Amino acid sequence: MTDLIKYTAADTAAAIASGQVSAVEVAQAHLDRIDAVDKKVNAFLHVDTEGALAAARAVDAKRAKGEELGPLAGVPLALKDVFTTQGIPTTCGSKILEGWVPPYDATLTSRLKDAGVVILGKTNMDEFAMGSSTENSAYGVTGNPWDLSRIPGGSGGGSAAALAAYEAPLAIGTDTGGSIRQPGAVTGTVGVKPTYGSVSRYGLIAFSSSLDQGGPCARTVLDAALLHEAIAGHDPLDSTSIDAPVPAVVAAAKLRDVRGMRIGVVKEFAGEGYQAGVMQRFNESVELLRELGAEVVEVSCPSFTLALPAYYLIAPSEASSNLARFDAMRYGLRVGDDGTRSAEDVTALTREAGFGPEVKRRIILGTYALSSGYYDAYYGSAQKVRTLISRDFDAAFAGVDVLISPTTPTTAFPIGERADDPMAMYLADLCTIPSNLAGNAAMSLPCGLAPEDNLPVGLQIIAPAMADDRLYRVGGAVEAALNDKWGHPLLEEAPAL
Amino acid sequence: MNLVSYDDALASYDPVMGLEVHVELGTKTKMFCGCSTTLGAEPNSQTCPTCLGLPGSLPVVNAIGVESAVKIGLALNCEIAEWCRFARKNYFYPDMPKNFQTSQYDEPIAFNGYLDVQLEDGEIFRVEIERAHMEEDTGKSSHIGGATGRIHGASHSLLDYNRAGIPLIEIVTKPIEGAGVRAPEVAKAYVAELRELIKALGVSEARMDKGQMRCDVNLSLRPHGREKFGTRSETKNVNSLRSVERAARYEIMRHATVLDDGGTIVQETRHFHEEDGSTTAGRIKDNAEDYRYFPEPDLVPIAPARAWVEELRAALPELPRVRRARLQGEWGLSDKDMQSVLNAGAVQPILETIAAGAPADQARKWWMGELARRSNETGTDLSEQPITPAQVARVCALVAEGKLNDKLARQVIEGVLAGEGEPDEVVAKRGLAVVSDDSALGAAVDQAIAENAAIADKIRDGKVAAVGALVGAVMKTTRGQADAARVKDLILERLAAEGQ
Ligand SMILES: [Zn+2]
Repeated sequence: MTDLIKYTAADTAAAIASGQVSAVEVAQAHLDRIDAVDKKVNAFLHVDTEGALAAARAVDAKRAKGEELGPLAGVPLALKDVFTTQGIPTTCGSKILEGWVPPYDATLTSRLKDAGVVILGKTNMDEFAMGSSTENSAYGVTGNPWDLSRIPGGSGGGSAAALAAYEAPLAIGTDTGGSIRQPGAVTGTVGVKPTYGSVSRYGLIAFSSSLDQGGPCARTVLDAALLHEAIAGHDPLDSTSIDAPVPAVVAAAKLRDVRGMRIGVVKEFAGEGYQAGVMQRFNESVELLRELGAEVVEVSCPSFTLALPAYYLIAPSEASSNLARFDAMRYGLRVGDDGTRSAEDVTALTREAGFGPEVKRRIILGTYALSSGYYDAYYGSAQKVRTLISRDFDAAFAGVDVLISPTTPTTAFPIGERADDPMAMYLADLCTIPSNLAGNAAMSLPCGLAPEDNLPVGLQIIAPAMADDRLYRVGGAVEAALNDKWGHPLLEEAPAL
Repeated sequence: MNLVSYDDALASYDPVMGLEVHVELGTKTKMFCGCSTTLGAEPNSQTCPTCLGLPGSLPVVNAIGVESAVKIGLALNCEIAEWCRFARKNYFYPDMPKNFQTSQYDEPIAFNGYLDVQLEDGEIFRVEIERAHMEEDTGKSSHIGGATGRIHGASHSLLDYNRAGIPLIEIVTKPIEGAGVRAPEVAKAYVAELRELIKALGVSEARMDKGQMRCDVNLSLRPHGREKFGTRSETKNVNSLRSVERAARYEIMRHATVLDDGGTIVQETRHFHEEDGSTTAGRIKDNAEDYRYFPEPDLVPIAPARAWVEELRAALPELPRVRRARLQGEWGLSDKDMQSVLNAGAVQPILETIAAGAPADQARKWWMGELARRSNETGTDLSEQPITPAQVARVCALVAEGKLNDKLARQVIEGVLAGEGEPDEVVAKRGLAVVSDDSALGAAVDQAIAENAAIADKIRDGKVAAVGALVGAVMKTTRGQADAARVKDLILERLAAEGQ
């Protein structure tokens, strides 16, 4: 039954519901796959074999009793290690949380469990979600299943790699500046950043509170939609959660019809720094959308060029405050507590030893940006840019239903290539950051391989806040047309592990 | 240090004060989570991921906390923000779980108000309010192993986060100028009035002894005639009305001493010492301290609807000043008498005594007389006397029923204060009942008439006013336990009967 690992989530759920296969068999097949390949991929930080099998048995028992199963019951999932899981270690990719076992589940975790989703384990990530390559994880880099010497994107590289390596049909990511979409793009998988406030952040270990958004990762647009509906919705525990119905994303994913839709190509996302093969596949997607009956126009969003610097003021500022709680007092790592040192010294030694260089860089950056005398020039100005970017989006969406661009300017780069050059690393999120700053919805889906390196290219679709269904409508149509053209899903072209 | 005298200090300088009062709200749950706020629970038993600052946890605003803040703002004549936000105040301290305090910064919920306070001579002093804002309390550290209980010299510290996240309202005055020699009195009167106000609103018990209300006294001096404020000191956590007054007074003298010496005042926090009323230096607060405030991204802005604010305004209870004016009318007191009732802290005891059935004049008589005298003598608050309003009311009732006279009643009060039990028990144990039994009194009356023949003759001749002397004689032989009115009647009856 090795085929089981290649099933989509939708097919897996259907097979379990109809009794063709048991949830335990499905879970075991994925655990076996993890066993077989994860030494090479390093997508998982923690595999919860017992918990996964117990959850699968519960689904099987439910079915045996004739109870109704949800649309994702028994489907395995890889959970980014940024969400708390009661009784299961949660590290956020950091040494400072090594060994911490949360006493509570994130709202998202509870919703997955309630849906009968089988959580296989926790996936690798850049420390505190700060990075675009997973190289900033304190627990080693994750390999890109297309080429293990290349990065799987970040910060959610573990979740994307788990999908591409068939270790799980579903995964959860978080997207602060592109951490779902960019890994999706470079691994040939689908990743969605839902509208800010539509997926609860309760239990999501904060990097940048006003930007962080959990979202679905999958190998197909429909699977992402099914997961989206399972995790989205109002949560009274998160004050920034939107109290409104979740857009009908599953129905939209099944529509496969973009006739009459107006689609804007963001003019600013092209030119220097964009790999030729990426632009080629992107331009082919534009043509494809026209062929499918959409009207494509060029749109200018001039403030988007300011998005990257604004992001690198806002996100570190909030991070500097969010990460202050890691002080060795209540949980996690404690260094130097030998009975002779003060609490202040122990806190300082712990933070020195427990945080990696990128986290320290951003804490220092953010502390500086919030300092009195600099606040207006840095944090204040960045917030103004944020307003300008939102206005650019508003103006654009007045004329089009969705915007499109490449997800990231290049395909997966080799591990180590940008590790010592933060500015080069930050450029990976150039096209994804504006949506985080504006709080709207965006998706990345595979649109082909770049001819020069045979690596996946991502197409980004952006929709207004709370119009997430438009992403799935366009994404579903593009995916179907491309699969028809290729005769198979793109991921089947990935080399065997 | 030999301090300049208070009068000398005021001869050269004007004090400028700023008072910051923290009030712990009496909400059932904490400001940003559902944990209980009851005091005295097992350490760390009233905590959850949010108030422990666990990774991933998020705050949710307590609506009752916001409502209480608006009520306080309205009662302080403040404007209520149409839109305001929480902000993070960032600094590291072990008893603060997130290492930032969720507070408000440049967008407080209430601002620009005032509170009129009445000084001991009846004069009204207006204290301008800068702002009232919402925030959360920190946990509590106990430092173990040192001599002082302070962190210095301790071998280790214990942290209790039960208090972390309890809602606080911080009320900040504008600089209080022009109080001159009465600055300490103004400070005390302000905090007292604020406490009454908070209690009247029902948003907190405002017990200073339980830390539910804490006051920081900021004080600076400037030479007479100068505009610019001097450097201030911040005396933290002054926790009784008397201490507020003493701390202000001490700092005035200390500042004057330093300034007279040609020294400079250091901007620093200071600790107040109850034992001798002095303050000592704490943390130096240079302006480099930077809390890096920024809007709390985990909470959405608060926009109190105007209609709701007006509803709350309309539903405000009678505020202490209005209430005092009403009571003065009801009790028929002159301004001066009312002021002495206020100064004695007797309003509440009198009210409660009336509520327990005593007539207003009687209630006031006991609390302002015998009991006020005792509270003065012992230097304790009237409300702390070991007698309850109900007990005073019972004594009044016994007098009204004729079972006690004034003299005996005083002895009963004494007995209650001495811990001899309820008024009726004291009466029984001390055998204090008025003798109004005619046969028992008869002999005493006869004896008095016989022993004071001359006076008896005067009465027989119609000089009825002389009867007082005979009544006195009877009271003496009955050791005060006779019912004087009855005695008078008996004497007159006897003498009239003889004359027939
Ligand atoms: Zn709590």
